[in-house]
Amino acid sequence: MNRFWSVLFLLVPVLGIASILMAMYGVAPLESAWLPKSLSQAGDTIDQLFNGIHLLAAFILAGTVFTIGWALWRFSDRGDSDAKALYITHNTKLEITWTVIPALILVFLAFFQMKSWAENKMERPTVTVNGVSSFKPPMVMVKAKRFGWEFYYAGDDGVVETEDDIFVENLLVLPAGEEIVLQMESRDVIHSFYVPELRLKQDIVPGMTQFVWFNAREEKEVEIMCTELCGWGHYMMKADLNFVSRAQFDAWIAEQKSAYSPEFKKAVEPTASLRGSSSLYSAERLIAAQADLGFEK
Amino acid sequence: MAETSVENSITPDHKGNVVSRFVWTYVFATDHKVIGLQFLFSSLIWFFVGGFLALAVRWQLAWPWSDMPIFGHMLFAESGGQMSPGFYNMLFTMHATIMIFFVIIPILAGAFGNYLIPLMVGAEDMAFPRLNMLSYWFMWPAFACIILSFFMPEYGASAGWTSYPPLSVFQGDAQSLWLLAMVFVGVSSMMGSINYLTTIIQMRAPGMTMFRMPMTVWGMFITAIMQAFALPVLTAALLMQLSDRLLMTGFFLPENIAVNNGVATSGGGQVLLWQHLFWFYSHPAVYIMILPAMGMVSDIISCFSRKPLFGYRPMVYSITAIAGLGFIVWGHHMFISGMNHTLAMSFMVSTMLIALPSGIKVFNWIGTLWGGKLQLTTPMLFCVGFVAMFVIGGLSGIVMSAPPVDIVIHDTYYIVAHLHYVLFASSVLGVLGAIYFWFPKMFGRMMNERLGKIHFFLTFVFLNGTFFPMHFLSRMPRRVADPYIYEGLKDLLPLNQFMTICAIGMGLTQLIFVANFFGSMFFGAKAGRNPWNANTLEWTTVSPPPHGNFDVQPVVRRGPYEYSHPETDSDFFPQTKTS
Ligand code: HEM
Ligand SMILES: [Cu+2]
Ligand SMILES: [Cu+2]
Repeated sequence: MNRFWSVLFLLVPVLGIASILMAMYGVAPLESAWLPKSLSQAGDTIDQLFNGIHLLAAFILAGTVFTIGWALWRFSDRGDSDAKALYITHNTKLEITWTVIPALILVFLAFFQMKSWAENKMERPTVTVNGVSSFKPPMVMVKAKRFGWEFYYAGDDGVVETEDDIFVENLLVLPAGEEIVLQMESRDVIHSFYVPELRLKQDIVPGMTQFVWFNAREEKEVEIMCTELCGWGHYMMKADLNFVSRAQFDAWIAEQKSAYSPEFKKAVEPTASLRGSSSLYSAERLIAAQADLGFEK
Repeated sequence: MAETSVENSITPDHKGNVVSRFVWTYVFATDHKVIGLQFLFSSLIWFFVGGFLALAVRWQLAWPWSDMPIFGHMLFAESGGQMSPGFYNMLFTMHATIMIFFVIIPILAGAFGNYLIPLMVGAEDMAFPRLNMLSYWFMWPAFACIILSFFMPEYGASAGWTSYPPLSVFQGDAQSLWLLAMVFVGVSSMMGSINYLTTIIQMRAPGMTMFRMPMTVWGMFITAIMQAFALPVLTAALLMQLSDRLLMTGFFLPENIAVNNGVATSGGGQVLLWQHLFWFYSHPAVYIMILPAMGMVSDIISCFSRKPLFGYRPMVYSITAIAGLGFIVWGHHMFISGMNHTLAMSFMVSTMLIALPSGIKVFNWIGTLWGGKLQLTTPMLFCVGFVAMFVIGGLSGIVMSAPPVDIVIHDTYYIVAHLHYVLFASSVLGVLGAIYFWFPKMFGRMMNERLGKIHFFLTFVFLNGTFFPMHFLSRMPRRVADPYIYEGLKDLLPLNQFMTICAIGMGLTQLIFVANFFGSMFFGAKAGRNPWNANTLEWTTVSPPPHGNFDVQPVVRRGPYEYSHPETDSDFFPQTKTS
């Protein structure tokens, strides 16, 4: 029976590591389980960290839990000897070793990842005009609300939150291969903007403004998920994100503009004084406005 | 000894009729052992309620919007037994709330803390028996609030156990009851912790120096310190949120937001303030939920290895370090929250550091096993299971504490995997091990070994089947009633069904435990004073110990881990034994 328990514990690292490697290298049945293919350079860096730390973790898991299983195998009392257990209370050298080595690994990890974090969250892209550099203006203002996403594209003036913004709901179309900045705000409660393929996640907190940036290298259709509980409809708070070529993007924007008459705009867009109330921005209202104005979309 | 404790208590002599005797011994109980058992029983009952809620969550993830067995027809007859999305949010909210605040914290600090501290330090009772009684009493208003909230709209609170505003402020009335319940639980824990600290500092038996205390007592001591410092912050935050809800104070609300056509807020508040206050308590709380278990596991492993605990002092220093660092890592729950991104770096460094003492503890447990004469009894198996599973939980902790990686896995099932490896696979296994270990002391009878081993085996297999695959769902958001609404998540359905089946298996397995527990209570083999040949003081008195605990005043002569001491013939050397 002792052997049985030892094998049970030995199986933990065997199965654990096998499944980690299967997921990491895409072996069935876990081939698609872990993360989808990364769409951006910054995402690749995160993947390297993700895989690297998991390999390190797998290594430590093997070392520790194998030792446990092995100890059960070797030191279980089988009742065949009168010898007592070893009387060992401590071993200073050994203890210093297993404190210092993990400490060094952890400090290394701590510093090693800072660059990637800075790239993703702190170094907001800049543009230089006439030798003066300033933050790159956001291409789209994202307004999260219960339970959907509003996207306001900067119009001809290149600035969001002006008269000529173009409003689209639950669909974000963006050019691939360009550095894109989004500005994000919430109309009601906390939401979170998650695109697994971009390795991008940011909570959107009412009363605060967030910026995110990314550069997708491929044309691809992906989804935006809300990852912060926002109420009963949280589960259905999704939007589509389509990365298209620059030409397709320009054509799409032009089409939006032409369909975007002043009457329609007045019907669906909030006036400043009503900014607060999320119910004013519902999909029903958008559809009703489209119907009123005879739009086919 | 017995006289002093009667003086201490308000129990009149046990005459009177049956009812008043019952009331005096169980309701107005001031004996720490009775209070410990009260905590134990109420926690175990809530454990099953919480488990049911979890199975309902798993049901929805495996067979979304399908006819839920039993409850579907009771609650959702109109929709053909299919739960509503709001109900789903209630399920995971109340599952977490119950498991954390009604099960793990009260069973560790309330049940085992109460039962074991006086016995293990050689005291006749707690320092403040009546305060102790009150601390259990304060659980009941909390129970009442939560039970009542199940009858409010959406059948309970549904803003997550983290209760983030503004959402929580705009929820139905069940949320107010939830907040009140948490206040009561907090007050209960605070009274308990004051008692534990005083008892441990003031009431140790002669010879029981701090560094002769068993790790269990150290775990409880450090936990009590953490509770005493962290709980006031949570209590304040809970009351602030309650007044935001009831008085529109707006501590946590920014300007001009409105939900469901309500009145727009007037502002002046900060949404992130709640998260800081909440996690300032709740990160220490996750250690409150494991340090006592770590202490008990250390004692049990040393006993069944018949070998001294490897590196006793470093073990004490590392739990102290965990407690200290535990107060400066709360920001790792907020990497993605929009908090200052540079600050995130500092929280990352402190979080990485806290993994170090956790690692040291694991190495020391392995060092204890090595070269021992291991007796693989049921409690020992659970405790070895604890160590192995804590390795997995600790390692996923390191993965998440890397903020760039956390960008991907925050608020996904990866987090759910981590927290169940540390809370279920570690703390709960530790608690079960402790129940098997101290049951003979509590009830004077042994639990059945064969059933215990089957219970361990099935729990161990099913828990890994349920929680390990969650590590691979790092693109599936948590708290989502129907993940398959996303094209990119549709392929995860079979894996989720597998996990649900394992979870149901795990739930059924616990029935073996129930049978063993109650069966052994009445029919188990009689246990003597010291069935495991252990060293600590509680084993020197009769099982179960009488009011006042010890027949002779224990005098402590050595540390608790002198197993297989070369100078004695037997392989154990009780703390009180004259050599
Ligand atoms: C090696 C030590 C540990 C490290 C480095 C660590 C790290 C972390 C991090 C970074 C998170 C936040 C992840 C996120 O939300 O993005 C987290 C979440 C969590 N941890 Fe740990 N952890 C450790 C040990 C523990 C222990 C011992 C417990 C409890 C016994 C615990 C319980 C939790 C819980 C409950 C959550 C999720 C809270 C929630 O969002 O609902 N952790 N941990
Ligand atoms: Cu949401
Ligand atoms: Cu934490």
